[in-house]
Amino acid sequence: MSAADERLEHYVSPEPFEPYATEKLTPEQERFYRASQWQIMWWKFKRHRIAVIAAAILLVFYASTLVSENLAPYNLHTRDARHIYAPPQSIHFVDEGRFIGPFVYGYGMKLDMQTLNREYTPDPKLIYPMRFFCRGDEYRFWGLIEGRFHLFCPAEGGTLFLFGTDRLGRDLLSRIIYGTRISLTIGLLGIAVSFLIGITLGGISGYYGGWIDNIIQRFIEMVRAFPELPLWMALSAALPVTWSPLLVYFGITIILGLLDWPGLARAVRSKLLALREEDFATAAVLMGASPKRVIARHLLPSFTSHLIASATLSVPGMILGETALSFLGLGLRPPVTSWGVLLNEAQNINAVALYPWIMLSVAPVFIVVLAFNFMGDGMRDAADPYR
Amino acid sequence: MLNYTIRRILIMIPTLVVISFLVFVIIQLPPGDFLSNQIAELKSQGDTGSLEKVEFLRRQYGLDKPFPERYATWVGIWPGDRGFSGLLQGDWGWSFEHDLPVKDLVGQRMLLSFILNFSVILFTWAVAFPIGVYVATHQYSWSDHGLTLLGYVGLATPNFLLALVLLYFANVEFGLSIGGIMDPEYLSQPWDWAKVRSVLTHLWIPVIVIGTSGTAAMIRRLRANLLDELQKQYVVTARAKGMPAFRLLVKYPLRMSLNPFISDIGNLLPSVISGSAIVAVVLSLQTSGPMLLEAIRSQDTYLAGSFLMFLSLLAVIGTLVSDLLLALLDPRIRLSGGVAK
Repeated sequence: MSAADERLEHYVSPEPFEPYATEKLTPEQERFYRASQWQIMWWKFKRHRIAVIAAAILLVFYASTLVSENLAPYNLHTRDARHIYAPPQSIHFVDEGRFIGPFVYGYGMKLDMQTLNREYTPDPKLIYPMRFFCRGDEYRFWGLIEGRFHLFCPAEGGTLFLFGTDRLGRDLLSRIIYGTRISLTIGLLGIAVSFLIGITLGGISGYYGGWIDNIIQRFIEMVRAFPELPLWMALSAALPVTWSPLLVYFGITIILGLLDWPGLARAVRSKLLALREEDFATAAVLMGASPKRVIARHLLPSFTSHLIASATLSVPGMILGETALSFLGLGLRPPVTSWGVLLNEAQNINAVALYPWIMLSVAPVFIVVLAFNFMGDGMRDAADPYR
Repeated sequence: MLNYTIRRILIMIPTLVVISFLVFVIIQLPPGDFLSNQIAELKSQGDTGSLEKVEFLRRQYGLDKPFPERYATWVGIWPGDRGFSGLLQGDWGWSFEHDLPVKDLVGQRMLLSFILNFSVILFTWAVAFPIGVYVATHQYSWSDHGLTLLGYVGLATPNFLLALVLLYFANVEFGLSIGGIMDPEYLSQPWDWAKVRSVLTHLWIPVIVIGTSGTAAMIRRLRANLLDELQKQYVVTARAKGMPAFRLLVKYPLRMSLNPFISDIGNLLPSVISGSAIVAVVLSLQTSGPMLLEAIRSQDTYLAGSFLMFLSLLAVIGTLVSDLLLALLDPRIRLSGGVAK
């Protein structure tokens, strides 16, 4: 028998064909395939546990800037002349076997006649229970509405310096809480400036190509060759002394943003150049889309996620930059209080040797910079969800 | 290669021109100048006799001339009062505050700056290289996580604070003099072995402080590069054929992942110079940083300008060196003639 005789007859099943029945998608698969790009990114980001924790921490920090006045136990400028350079008070709950609730011991102060140093010791006779949801120092909420409500305050006539006090007897914790508002927003505003310049120049460079691209690229190389900090120093020294602290604040953000954009512009350009050649971009052009539509509708969405991730990674640089400038006395000036301004007080070696708690202002800088780095890493990994 | 070198050096010229212009604009930005501050001070003291002297100085330093002319004179393409005498002729200008030629003032400091920045880069390499290789070959081990965390910590600590703390402990533990890049008694002495030793004992603090963040970044980059390389087919093949692990690592993937080390001099140098400027202020090192800061504050135009110019020059030359080395290492760059990425 030959093979030809074995051939099957042409056969079509009379039953109706149901494509979904043969290639059954599991619910998870279906969810994945139907999800939008941003949804997948979010799932992927969620898997990066450290990044999520970092994001939560940053959220808390940023949320605190909305209600700094209520969180801080003291007003930014409240001075306690009797407690200068007082060390941190720790919170206790039990005094000699008796439960009181959260309280601190008052200070016993002694002047060392040889070094003229004030020496503080906890005085077990003075018990100052903390008050919660209480009326304390007056403040103007966001500089507008007067109020006295605090989340927690010192006992009447008592003290509550959880992070100690500075050379004028001001509560460090309160000052750090107020400083958060300035330091965190400076990073965001700086990024906004840098984004604006970076996207514009990078976009022009990548879209037009040719000699414009060449010039912009050379310019970027030049800006990158500048050592940042000396340039920041020179620029911020150029801010007129007569400016109000608020104007100086905006001036500094612009200066920080002014030097940060080259990296971003490069990223935008290289992404544009690469995506321009992709099939979907060609298809859009062939279907008669205008350049504006191609860029805004097809190219931009493909790399906004990358841009956001890289922007996140450059926020900490700005926060550190502000800190460094203020530390040198070239950045923000009192009464505007940022973490850098606070650290300015830790500038001499005495602070390290005698009043180490002054350096606590570095803790939030540290936490926020770390959190931004971890979150940025997570976002960068999630930015390309189809890989 | 010669072709590439020449082209690369030619590109440097317009770069330096633009940088010099930007520097000059920036240092002129603050309203007034050193002399107008001086005049205000003299007026407030009622000392009108000296006012004439100040006016005389203003003319002598050409501060009454229009901006483009001042710039051209500073660079040395326009004759000033003393003929062609600017950066191009090796004349760095005159410091108002110290009443000395900038050159006399900064020579020593620039040398120390150079030594410091150079040591930082050596330190960065010496530390980042072995650690980077180690963590890449021991991915996800405890040492990997630990060192990564340490790197992040290095990245997140403001280095001026690290400088303060290290300074304090060096003083308490080793009795090192506070601040300075050498013991004070050597400052005005000529270079000899004792002085070199004194510099070496003081140098390690700023080197560690400035180098930390760069080292952390470098470790991360080397790790990522090496990991990419280690997953490639040829590595798998070599491994399957039974090549010893160490030899395999050194022979191919390591060489491939060396590129960022070279190309990073260009990126590293500006940030190292930045870092050293602020750390030098904190530690009061006799490098360019503190003097630059003071010059900027007192609007000592030419001193500040020359410093900024010098620092930028250092960075530009660093980029040049790194590009050339990279071209030497990687024929693809040399032949296509493109600028190294």
